[in-house]
Amino acid sequence: MAEVTLSNVSKAFGKTQAVSDISMTIGDGEFVVLLGPTGAGKTTTLRLISGLEKLDAGSVHIGGRDVGQDTPAQRDVAMVFQQYSLYPHLTVRDNLAFPLRSPILKTPEDEIARKVHEIAEVLQIPHKLDNKATELSGGEMQRVSIGRALVRDPSIYLMDEPLSSLDAKLRADLRVELKRIQAELGSTLLYVTHDQVEAMTMANKIGVLEEGRLVQFGTPKEIYEDPVSVYVASRLGLPRINILPSGLFPGAHKGAQIGLRPENIRQGDGVEARVVRAEHLGDQTRLHLDVQGHAITTLTDPHRTYSSDAMIRISPQNPLYFDAQGARVA
Amino acid sequence: MSSYSVTEPSRRMKWVAGVLVIAYALITMVPLAWIALTGFKSPADAISYPPKYIIGSDSEAGFQPTLEGYVNLFTTRTRQTPEFLDANPPETWADDIVRQYGMVIVGPSKFGERFLNSVIIGFGSTFLSVFLGTLAAYAFSRFKIPLADDLLFFILSTRMMPPIAVAIPIFLMYRQLGLSDTHLGMILLYTGVNISLAVWLLKSFIDGIPTEYEEAALIDGYTRFQAFYKVVLPQAATGIASTAIFCLIFAWNEYAFAVLLTTANAQTAPPFIPTIIGIGGLDWPAIAAGVTIFLLPVMFFTILLRKHLLRGITFGAVRK
Repeated sequence: MAEVTLSNVSKAFGKTQAVSDISMTIGDGEFVVLLGPTGAGKTTTLRLISGLEKLDAGSVHIGGRDVGQDTPAQRDVAMVFQQYSLYPHLTVRDNLAFPLRSPILKTPEDEIARKVHEIAEVLQIPHKLDNKATELSGGEMQRVSIGRALVRDPSIYLMDEPLSSLDAKLRADLRVELKRIQAELGSTLLYVTHDQVEAMTMANKIGVLEEGRLVQFGTPKEIYEDPVSVYVASRLGLPRINILPSGLFPGAHKGAQIGLRPENIRQGDGVEARVVRAEHLGDQTRLHLDVQGHAITTLTDPHRTYSSDAMIRISPQNPLYFDAQGARVA
Repeated sequence: MSSYSVTEPSRRMKWVAGVLVIAYALITMVPLAWIALTGFKSPADAISYPPKYIIGSDSEAGFQPTLEGYVNLFTTRTRQTPEFLDANPPETWADDIVRQYGMVIVGPSKFGERFLNSVIIGFGSTFLSVFLGTLAAYAFSRFKIPLADDLLFFILSTRMMPPIAVAIPIFLMYRQLGLSDTHLGMILLYTGVNISLAVWLLKSFIDGIPTEYEEAALIDGYTRFQAFYKVVLPQAATGIASTAIFCLIFAWNEYAFAVLLTTANAQTAPPFIPTIIGIGGLDWPAIAAGVTIFLLPVMFFTILLRKHLLRGITFGAVRK
């Protein structure tokens, strides 16, 4: 395991600037999640670290060594792809053994057998080892491709939305399992996702990408509580943060916009709000409100009932202030 | 409830399709069967009218099978005087057959040599076409090559005129280069003709293999070339097999260049077979025997690669 540092990394494809000027350090043993919508440059960042794409500018250091000119094999990274990751002509066993048999690792066969079995146990696929890769279900395929990375002990694991093709239950199970394995092995891991639950639950640090730029890098708590912009604030939290003109609330004039997370709205006094709809989810109730034509979502006591069009009063609690362009001002 | 389904044809449709396929197969088999039968006829039976087509029957349409055609195909014979024949009793069953015509076997014919030439040139050029074609197709498929589209068109354009249109220039060039009537010359020529087909066919197959597989292998610690032969080649097996069959069929059956460029040393079977002359004209049973044997290698090659061809049909099912 090793520390990985990106310094002013940029990459363009034709006229599209996929990644611009990203600098960050993934500490040894850290689980870092890159968060952002499709096209934000998450996958390109992974591919630049792995060496599948050449840098236009900047540098990548793995364990203190500049790997700019190294081939992917020389960089000693393991990667889990979003799709197409298993070699269809090989069995599950051979797929898992494939990286260990590489000319760089040249692992003895008895050790390969031991490691493959160990990983198969962790991923709950020991009975599938002799199946052809093509005979697996989607979930099994993806577990094997995660396994193919985990059999190795590389400088860094790179994972590109490895859980996105799985069903909800398996996804939740593997999320916990992956975090446990990473913590146990002390692995350095860079994980790409657009799923905020994965980001919040697994990450030591989250990097938020917007159109190829790293707009904020910090712990999940920092990103959630102290976002630098409306964009970052909107990445995390469900229901999403309410962004409203600050003129809506008396006394709130630090910026043009006010950001209110659903849990940061207090009921009782303040401005008048009309109840549009109450959604009972069992553990919580989402209350959709209307304040002078602006939609607001908040959370409320699951045992309380609201009649439609009821009027309540709300006031902000620990609000975030943004300027007109969406940058955080207070 | 109706058993109608979009994906699964009905029993009756399957039955009709089966009958049509079998009927088509039978129609295409008729000339082949006729050639195979003729190889076992006597010269007289081969050209008799009405035709004879029932083996071992005494009816008007029947004939007694004989290996005469095969003996004539593989041997050279001379007519001998009755005194000579009496003094030298036949030693083998083949001697017996040619004795009916007052002849003795004096040695092997050229057929074995010509057939071997066909094997060397046919399989040699197929191997070379597929080998070079795979490498070129991989490069065209995976790397940014300047003017790639123009190059591909240029490669294909070599196939746009009939090859025989360049026969004279090639004949003159080959004479200058000392490639006339050599195995190497014919292998290069057929490779040159086949390579465009090979590159185009293989490129489309390799285009269909997602690059993620190679990228995974690169990251798993393999070099670009190792990723190519450990990951890409096994998946391109279908395309390589079908391309090889196409290339072999062309090289195997090619006639015009073979007539023009080969005579004694590197002559292949196609120009040789029609020149088999028997007593009183063309020896049809021997020619048919030659054609039958000539068909076998391509047939076996196709059967050998059939597994890969069939796999191609289900190949697309593995992707998400």
